[in-house]
Amino acid sequence: MSLLRLETLTVRRGECPVVDGVSLTVGPGEFVGLIGPNGAGKTSLLRGALGLLPVEGGSSLLRLSPKERARAVAFLPQGREIAWPVEVETLVALGRGPHVAAGARGEDQAAVTRALARMGLDGFRSRKATALSGGEQARVLIARALAQETPLLLADEPVAGLDPEAQLRTMEVFTGLAAEGRSVVASIHDLGLAARACSRLVLMARGRVVADGPPRAVLSEENLAQVFGVRGYFAETPDGPVFQPMGLLR
Amino acid sequence: MKPALILLPLVAVLFFASLLIGPAGLGAGESLAALLTGKGGAVVLVMQEIRLPRALLGVMVGAVLGLSGAAMQGYLRNPLAEPGLIGVSSGAALGAVLSLQTGLAAAFSLALPLAALTGAGISVALVLLLAGPRGGALALILAGIALSALSGALTSLVLNLSPNPFAVTEIVYWMMGSLADRSMEHVWLALPFMAGGAVLLLSLGRGLDALTLGEDAAASLGVGLTGLRLRLVLGTAAAVGASVAVAGAVGFVGLVVPHLLRPLVGAQPSRLLPASALGGAAMVLAADVAVRLIAPDQDLKLGVLTAIIGAPFFFHLLWRMRRIEA
Repeated sequence: MSLLRLETLTVRRGECPVVDGVSLTVGPGEFVGLIGPNGAGKTSLLRGALGLLPVEGGSSLLRLSPKERARAVAFLPQGREIAWPVEVETLVALGRGPHVAAGARGEDQAAVTRALARMGLDGFRSRKATALSGGEQARVLIARALAQETPLLLADEPVAGLDPEAQLRTMEVFTGLAAEGRSVVASIHDLGLAARACSRLVLMARGRVVADGPPRAVLSEENLAQVFGVRGYFAETPDGPVFQPMGLLR
Repeated sequence: MKPALILLPLVAVLFFASLLIGPAGLGAGESLAALLTGKGGAVVLVMQEIRLPRALLGVMVGAVLGLSGAAMQGYLRNPLAEPGLIGVSSGAALGAVLSLQTGLAAAFSLALPLAALTGAGISVALVLLLAGPRGGALALILAGIALSALSGALTSLVLNLSPNPFAVTEIVYWMMGSLADRSMEHVWLALPFMAGGAVLLLSLGRGLDALTLGEDAAASLGVGLTGLRLRLVLGTAAAVGASVAVAGAVGFVGLVVPHLLRPLVGAQPSRLLPASALGGAAMVLAADVAVRLIAPDQDLKLGVLTAIIGAPFFFHLLWRMRRIEA
């Protein structure tokens, strides 16, 4: 059973396709890193798959009603918006919106508590979300998406701007979700983090999928040179794979 | 502490104050007895035909202005938004002004409010047409601003070319906004529009909460943004259109009340909606009592007073924003 299936998905901005016939299937228990240079179409792919942009081709999520979709997939947008100075707990509880059911308050609170604990935000419960630092706000918003407790999470640059601890913690949380049989598709610019944590990488360039597979295979010398114009250093260490971009090629 | 526990008694007290204060100088016991029993000659007339509709309209007008202001701010995620933004208020005002100018308003007692409601209806149709069925918040604001400007210009044109100085005076006074000399007919005319609009606006709570996270996140939480915007516009048009129809332009309530109450509800848009309805009712009732106390002989206009009280709050809001942004 797949959690996400894209069939020749195309997203156009005007005439120009920014996502060009992408087919992709994500099964349960995967942590997919969506990588590629700026403007490769990562954000448009995620938004198109969710029906937030008009698309051609198919996405399994578009066959669901908006209510069903909100219980099947959580989305963490790139723009980290918190419009009002609400408490962290209230904000995270917004993730429970799609689950409104009579008498489920206890379950909702438990989900919020789990999400806060996962992101290491226990002490932030009654802080005003807008008064937190940018990185803390980002973690709160991830917790909001976690509280939705969906089988699939689509996250657009979830670790950008986080400190190293929060970056590693977030990646660990996503790995943990995958271990539970849930799946995460996250666009990531830090190739080193992606190489370490993701079970699979999807490399995009100019709207197309260039490579799709295990990190070591996708981050090949050839792909790096062609898509990013860099060369990198790859090593296996006792702590897992290490990847570091080393220099420009053009 | 729930803000309703403060606001409900406040509205009740101000409602009775509005019933009991007026130029006729009636005793409190006598007035209420006359209102409830219908016995007591002239006192009954004053209470049932003058004071009661005035107090009821104070509650209704204030409630819908506060409520639609909170909904508009929640939707646009901007504390400076107010219900007049979508152009319905100025459209309703233009309808009323035309009825005064043409003399239609004098033909029968509800001619003016009906003309205003027609103006509101036409402007909401135009706003929806201009903003497009799927357009975002920006298209809505721009369409509203364009329509407000057009209605305002047409209103000025009517005043400019009016051959009748009495009509001009009447128009100018009407535009200041007032609850004086309204009848129960006004209450019954406005009630269905305001109630219908309020039901639509109160249904927006969950969607507005989700919008705290931005449009994409709200949509991914299952909130239908197109339907949400349609309910917001129609609800505001019905409620605010009816408010302008019976009371004229009463400014600043929809802007100031949600802003004042936001800290009391933890800034949550869904909780701000009912709180702002109560707060708006309290503010308009208080202002309407105040115009009677400050200048009992001079017919001080309600809209003038709310603007005089409201504008300094606006300065305060700007000042605080500047401090935070600096």
